[in-house]
Amino acid sequence: MSLIEIDHLSVTFRSKGREVHAVEDVSFSVEQGESFGLVGESGSGKSTILRAICGLAPVTAGTIRIDGASLPAPRGPDFATRVQMVFQDPYASLHPRHTIDRTLSEPLAIHGISGSDARVVKALEDVGLPAAFRFRYPHQLSGGQRQRVAIARALMLEPTILLLDEPTSALDASVQAEVLNLLDRLRAARGLTFLMVSHDLAVIDHMCDRILVMQNGRAVEQMPREALAEARMTTPYARSLFDASADRMLGGPARP
Amino acid sequence: MTALRAWLQDPSPTSRRQARLGQLWLAWLRIRRNRLAMAGLIIVAILLLVAALAPWIAPHDPFVQNLANRLRPPGTPGYILGTDDFGRDILSRIIYGARITLYIIALVAVTAPVLGLLVGTVAGYFGGWIDAVLMRLTDIFLAFPRLILALALVAVLGPGIENAVLAIALTAWPPYARVARAETLTIRGSDYISAVKLQGAGAPRIILGHVVPMCLPSVIIRVTLDMAGVILIAAGLGFLGLGVQPPQPEWGLMISSGRKFLFEQWWVATMPGLAIFMVSLGFNLLGDGLRDVLDPKSAPK
Repeated sequence: MSLIEIDHLSVTFRSKGREVHAVEDVSFSVEQGESFGLVGESGSGKSTILRAICGLAPVTAGTIRIDGASLPAPRGPDFATRVQMVFQDPYASLHPRHTIDRTLSEPLAIHGISGSDARVVKALEDVGLPAAFRFRYPHQLSGGQRQRVAIARALMLEPTILLLDEPTSALDASVQAEVLNLLDRLRAARGLTFLMVSHDLAVIDHMCDRILVMQNGRAVEQMPREALAEARMTTPYARSLFDASADRMLGGPARP
Repeated sequence: MTALRAWLQDPSPTSRRQARLGQLWLAWLRIRRNRLAMAGLIIVAILLLVAALAPWIAPHDPFVQNLANRLRPPGTPGYILGTDDFGRDILSRIIYGARITLYIIALVAVTAPVLGLLVGTVAGYFGGWIDAVLMRLTDIFLAFPRLILALALVAVLGPGIENAVLAIALTAWPPYARVARAETLTIRGSDYISAVKLQGAGAPRIILGHVVPMCLPSVIIRVTLDMAGVILIAAGLGFLGLGVQPPQPEWGLMISSGRKFLFEQWWVATMPGLAIFMVSLGFNLLGDGLRDVLDPKSAPK
């Protein structure tokens, strides 16, 4: 049994009589401890799958199971302690009027976990931020530092699954590599399972064991990392994606 | 003193309390640099002081009538601002009137914005039929002319300060609800709200802890800017005999009683008018200054 099982998932947004099929009939599964990548151009529905897992997008067909159990319809507090998400834009994902301390201690307060002082300090240390940042506001931090805070926040409840929605696309190249290495290190240390979305094959190649290529809300091709590295893709769309970022991949993973 | 300042300005505070006090200190520094806001703050502080110390600083009893002394002009020895038609000292009445004005302002300021914020954020956050119901209710209240609705309420409940305040508060909340709803709509789909939802927070926690802090600055600024209007509506109700009752030294009531002598004995209406003008100006300047102070993004790095 896989940790995450997505079975014939469809997500349809309806507004004012118009229907937008963001995701259509996508199936895949992620094993415990694996790092799984979703790749595709903008609008291919990859982020929508993450939001559907979190209950932030309307599932119109298919099922999402975690540990073999389907998810309750408002996701309960149990879900929060097992699955957390890192959002794409670190400039929008931190509350502008809360200090880093408040942002990090909020999940603890929600779940009634004590000892927030020590835990917040430890969390900052784990993501490589100095303790002096604790009482700063997000606007006093750089993009990379903010994304580290967002990662620390996602890990406050010690989840087993981390959903990563293009966690580095808003950062510049050198900071990108730092954040990716941090994520790699945290995954190894905590045995996390990653479900990562990116449009950048170089990032996916660096981070993921298996990938699923998506286009227009549909799954195009699934392949292991080796196939990607050796350019053994079977569909023309996956091939064209590969060609677009091949030069950066051959130079080594996640280098500008 | 310097040790305390260094402690407050420490860029890496060691406890939550130090961080919070440091933020307050920075806010104070910011408002101190803004001259107009400081002027507003000083006027409001003077109003508070005058209201608190009224029995000690007022030269006369505001209620004692002396018909031999009626309608003395300003500058009369013992009566700096003159006397009204019953021979009461206008300065003393203005000083005591500060208490009533402050009482009305305080009561309105803690009721109307709270109600408006609550209605606006709840409507904006939930959307759908809750939004429709709450906003149509807001529209109904907005559609009534404010003074007429206040009049109707006071007519039902009976005249008096508390009922006047209730009437003002009930007619003052819709604009706050609209402001709060508009702000809520822009932030309810943002990633930081999604993130806290994902952490398992319930709607009350999200609204009070995450949505309200984003709406609060604009509402506080509106409140301070609206205070002038509140003072005038209270005065208007007093003028119509439905608010504060004579012989209470309420500023609006004093103006209306001076209306009869406006051309010959101008000071009877002018002096309380100047008091209302000063306090309104103070609140307006303070509101402008608060706009800068309440936004942490404008904090010095």
